[in-house]
Amino acid sequence: MKILIVDDFSTMRRIIKNLLRELGFNNTMEADDGSTALPMLKGGGFDFLVTDWNMPNMEGIDLLRAVRADPALKNLPVLMVTAEAKRDQIVEAAQAGVNGYIVKPFTAETLKEKIDKIFERIDG
Amino acid sequence: MDNDEENLVFQLQLARQLVEHLEAGNSNDAANVIRQLRIPYERELFDELGKLTRDLHEALNSFRGDSRLSELTRDEIPDAKERLNYVVTMTEQATHRTLNALDEAMPVAESLHERSQQLVGHWQRFRRRELSVEEFREFARALDVFFDAVGEDTERLRNLMSEVMMAQDFQDLTGQIIRRVIRLVHEVEENLVGLIRLSSARMDTKATKSVVTHDAEVASSHGPIVPNTHDVTADVVSGQDDVDALLSSLGF
Repeated sequence: MKILIVDDFSTMRRIIKNLLRELGFNNTMEADDGSTALPMLKGGGFDFLVTDWNMPNMEGIDLLRAVRADPALKNLPVLMVTAEAKRDQIVEAAQAGVNGYIVKPFTAETLKEKIDKIFERIDG
Repeated sequence: MDNDEENLVFQLQLARQLVEHLEAGNSNDAANVIRQLRIPYERELFDELGKLTRDLHEALNSFRGDSRLSELTRDEIPDAKERLNYVVTMTEQATHRTLNALDEAMPVAESLHERSQQLVGHWQRFRRRELSVEEFREFARALDVFFDAVGEDTERLRNLMSEVMMAQDFQDLTGQIIRRVIRLVHEVEENLVGLIRLSSARMDTKATKSVVTHDAEVASSHGPIVPNTHDVTADVVSGQDDVDALLSSLGF
């Protein structure tokens, strides 16, 4: 399973990468915003996307919309991990087709739970 | 063009009259002609002065009316102070969280090290066949206790290291808050520069325009919610449970 982690803060990318490694996901790559992530995703091979919302150039919500609009990527599971906590933003992300939404600060347990839930749904 | 030519013909006519009057020694008539010659230039000067006055008036009015400066000083600067205070609190908490985990981890690591050193001593004696049967039994019991403890202690250390790692999430959150304050400082700076341009003698219509432009960045993101700021008026979730409840109400 190849996972792309998108966040403009390298510290957060490292934390998520470490947590994913603890959960047994060793094949991860990183991008610092939507505009660098999208070409990587289009290059193919990714099975899962973990993205922040608040980023320069291209925000996470726009990345999510671009993914859903791309025939080759539209079924890619997307987990949002963000400090954005407004109710209408969460609704917006849900309407844009997000598979899971985690508010920062979060715990390792929350990340595991949401990832498990996403793959349960996909497998089921 | 016609108008310019007419003016030229008229001016030439006046100039000839002026020469005639001066040659004839008619100083009163000459002064009259000079006044007539001056009229169009005076009108231009007054028009220009009037335009400048209007520009200044409009610039001052638009500055008073649209200026973000009063809003910035009244609301956003106190708000920014709260945000920075929150950053201090968050970084302090993260540092304590890290140091607490280390305080707990260090004795665990030290004790593991000491106990393994003791066992190494016994093990070497055993290899040299120096242990009595009774001593060997004791050594075997000590090894059993140690193996149990190693499993528990290393698991404990692993958890504490995770705790240290998770404590570093403050950098992302405080970074977002600080970037927001930097944008505000930049905006205040622009407005102050505009104010200085306005009050300086060199009136420049382009400068007055830049006074009222504020950060046109229309991001859909907001950054972390900071207590005691305008953020509290927003409709926000209180935590992950709240997010989950909202999503499940949407059929997730």
